[in-house]
Amino acid sequence: MEGSIAGVRETFKSGRTRSVAWRKNQLRAVIDLINENEQTIYKVLHQDLGKDPAESYRDEMGVILKSANYALSCLDKWVAPKKAELPLVFFPAKGEVLPEPLGVVLIFSSWNFPISLALDPLIGAISAGNAVVLKPSELAPACLSFFIETFPLYLDNKAVKVIGGAADVGERLLELKWDKIFFTGSPRVGRLVMTAAARHLTPVTLELGGKCPAVVDAFASPSKTKVIAKRIAGGKWGLCSGQACIAVDYLLVEEKFASTLIELLKKNIKRFYGGNLGDLKCISRIANKHHFERIYHLLEDPHVAASIVHGGSADEERLIIEPTILLNPPLDSEIMTEEIFGPLLPIITLNNIEESIEFINSRPKPLVIYAFTEDGTFKKRILSETSSGTVTFNDVMVQFVCDSLPFGGVGQSGFGRYHGKYSFDTFSHEKAVLHRAFFPELEPRYPPWNDFKLRFIKLAYRFDYFGLILLLLGLKKP
Amino acid sequence: MIIVSAGLFKDCGRCFKSSSIVGAGLGDTLAYHHTYKINQVSFSSSIPSSSYCRATLSITMEEAKQTFDVDKAAVLVKELRKAFTSGKTKSYEWRMSQLESISKMIDEKEKEIIEALHKDLSKPELEAFVSEISMTKSSCKLALKELKHWMMPKKVETSMATYPSSAEIVSEPLGVVLVISTWNFPFLLSLDPVIGAIAAGNAVVLKPSEIAPATSSLLSRLLVEYADESAIRVVEGAVVETSALLEQKWDKIFFTGGARVGHIVMTAAAKHLTPVTLELGGKCPVLVDSNVDLQVTARRIVAGKWACNNGQACIGVDYIITTKDFATKLIGALRSVLEECFGKDPMESKDRSRIVNSFHFMRLVNLLDEDKVSDKIVVGGQRDRSQLQIAPTILLDVPEDSLIMQEEIFGPLLPIMTVEKLEDAFDMINRKPKALAAYLFSDDEQIKRKFVQNVSAGGIAINDTILQLAVPTLPFGGVGESGMGSYHGKFSFDAFSHNKAVLYRSFAGESPTRYPPYTPGKQKQMKALISGDVFNIMLALLGWFKN
Repeated sequence: MEGSIAGVRETFKSGRTRSVAWRKNQLRAVIDLINENEQTIYKVLHQDLGKDPAESYRDEMGVILKSANYALSCLDKWVAPKKAELPLVFFPAKGEVLPEPLGVVLIFSSWNFPISLALDPLIGAISAGNAVVLKPSELAPACLSFFIETFPLYLDNKAVKVIGGAADVGERLLELKWDKIFFTGSPRVGRLVMTAAARHLTPVTLELGGKCPAVVDAFASPSKTKVIAKRIAGGKWGLCSGQACIAVDYLLVEEKFASTLIELLKKNIKRFYGGNLGDLKCISRIANKHHFERIYHLLEDPHVAASIVHGGSADEERLIIEPTILLNPPLDSEIMTEEIFGPLLPIITLNNIEESIEFINSRPKPLVIYAFTEDGTFKKRILSETSSGTVTFNDVMVQFVCDSLPFGGVGQSGFGRYHGKYSFDTFSHEKAVLHRAFFPELEPRYPPWNDFKLRFIKLAYRFDYFGLILLLLGLKKP
Repeated sequence: MIIVSAGLFKDCGRCFKSSSIVGAGLGDTLAYHHTYKINQVSFSSSIPSSSYCRATLSITMEEAKQTFDVDKAAVLVKELRKAFTSGKTKSYEWRMSQLESISKMIDEKEKEIIEALHKDLSKPELEAFVSEISMTKSSCKLALKELKHWMMPKKVETSMATYPSSAEIVSEPLGVVLVISTWNFPFLLSLDPVIGAIAAGNAVVLKPSEIAPATSSLLSRLLVEYADESAIRVVEGAVVETSALLEQKWDKIFFTGGARVGHIVMTAAAKHLTPVTLELGGKCPVLVDSNVDLQVTARRIVAGKWACNNGQACIGVDYIITTKDFATKLIGALRSVLEECFGKDPMESKDRSRIVNSFHFMRLVNLLDEDKVSDKIVVGGQRDRSQLQIAPTILLDVPEDSLIMQEEIFGPLLPIMTVEKLEDAFDMINRKPKALAAYLFSDDEQIKRKFVQNVSAGGIAINDTILQLAVPTLPFGGVGESGMGSYHGKFSFDAFSHNKAVLYRSFAGESPTRYPPYTPGKQKQMKALISGDVFNIMLALLGWFKN
């Protein structure tokens, strides 16, 4: 492994990955890899997570095709140096910011969206002209094998490598020196990654998670309430069964509306995913036994179990947990202190929806805050008084497909960002370049220092050109 | 403690040492600790500092000051967090008032600042004015002028996939931030990041360098007088104080200093998942072509080396590469410019800063006295330990494996390396860790283009030195070993802000495609939708879409 990674560094040094043609070729290869293996990808995603093809296309393949096409169409613009304006004192001079690749980068992806969370950052790294080593999660083994088999067939094998293996391989990779590490996963492993990166002063991007709340306030018209329930039910259980870092973790709602909302959610669950545990469809399964037990364990606290208002049953054999709604589980129970990352949805009731701001602020900063409201003032309050990676109003999850919005966390939900141009920037160094001519020369720059030079410099810093002329003509009074 | 700092940090002086007076006595011993490995060593306060304190002086100083320990640091952070949570630092008015006050402070206390810089580094008044006071002032003024604009949410376009919607990016403060600065430009490098932190609406703790004690204590005094003490604080001190600070949870740490301490800062930050900006250094090369205007080139090199804190600058010129035949000419020109600037006897000139302390003086002397280096001196070489001065010294063709070509010099020594062809220099530069800056003097457009394309460094200036630092529209920061993150101008604001993505959707535009149960028809529509092709979307909705 170490040898093959040394080879990747050699490739980067050769300069091959810097050429725009190479980058475009690789991006096209990513598109081909998806398009030509559509059926295989449906299969591996179904094997690893029981994802429905529609879900797989929407959240994984579609996302990648969109990202790769977007990068292809923008790449020429992205790689171009950006002019920087210069103050007149520097005249004649030219300033520019030139993006350059960081070098050999390491991407750790996670198992919940094993295709898109691996390839989306990869697209950024390639666009920026880096050589890349990808370490996909071993918890999505079918997807991992798919990568190992197909990468060499499509991508430049000397510059883009995929490495399989478990935690020990991850540790060995972290021993090596990288020019950037991009990590998607949990805060616990995020700490290990950053500690290892510190040894080589490697910059990191950490895409973590957190408990993403959805504040529900718009109950003015029944039709809108229906839309809200639909969007929440679709977003919570329809994306990998709640195993998503941007999934709705819990709802905040005024007490008087809770029952209406619960009824509507139940209706939508039935409509989208079917009646009971036995005939659930269109819903992913839990990744593995460990996570199944972890999620199920959250329900075992008697106070929590007592708060279940819908669902709660599970099929250990098929690793399926029913969409489950809980009303006011204790706030100090694990389900309300840990990120749920599964199909359980606690609803917390408040007397007044404005209290949600304090509720959110008393917890670690989430990756996303969702807020369903039409109240302009409340929107403003949420924006200015809470902190989160993203705020999405009146919908869930869709911010993920906006190329123009940076995607990333703050505080406990991580740092650094990607998507669209931000992916390119994440894997680039912005090199500042100043071009100067030999003339004219400003004498006052050089010692020996005297009073005239000091006055000259003071004026120059103030951009007081008139004063400068007076001084040069000997007309300026001290 | 002294031993800790010397052993831990090879270019440590920039970082932690308890007092320069103490350092002086131990200078010789210290210089030999360069090769210590520090990966596993942390600042953990569990190391009893006394066991490392051989010099009684530092103990008494500390007792007098009352150590700032982990508990005190925790209280400090708690107070600042309270101020931040109250929301006052977020308001435009608060940010403006603090920046105005700092600007006023620079105007009113100019003399004291210049005096402190003279005490710490014998910095000539004009140099102090140019590289510290003016730079800080313009940075403050720019923030005052642009703040409204910087704070404004930025509208961005949304795609077909989320239609109908609108989106914007909102800058929000990160929270309570820590700025650890350094001694070589102790005023500028302390306040410049602090200005960024305030502009972005954060509460901030500044830890200035104890290696520049006069400036450190001045900053501590002035900020109490001019800034809002509930949200802007200064903690003075050395290793113990910094360790105590690093134990705390911050929302951002901004560090300027050496790579060794950079490791420690980042490791401490990892524990709390705190983002860091590391402004480090490196060996900044100057490549000189033979077709240049010799006089101008020599002057600009002198300006970027000896007239810039006597070479003690992270973007200062570290070494020159030129062609064999041109080297003699260049040396001649440098010699005459040096005389123009610093007189016949440069040791007498008051227009150069001194070496900051004995430790660094000895470190530099050791670089010069290495066997394979000492006979390569072509200009200068004089030293005066009592004045902490070394003459502007030029060395020709020192071996690449000598200490002076391996370590960042950070002083008035300038090796000139020669190559057959200028292009060979690219290899020599790229063999070394990436520097904070790289400079080229040339009239040849092709060489310029090659240099910009092939040399990786934080920033590049063509036909000049260090000036890129003064351009607020250019990001200032390193890459690889020279650091991560950037600042200056708007980049400072961004370094201390989180760019929050905000998406506004309406309740209209509900498409059944998104929701289960999934059907082949829905899947086709989804494909069309994601492709963003309006025509395909129409076809899909009409049921005519083909794969």
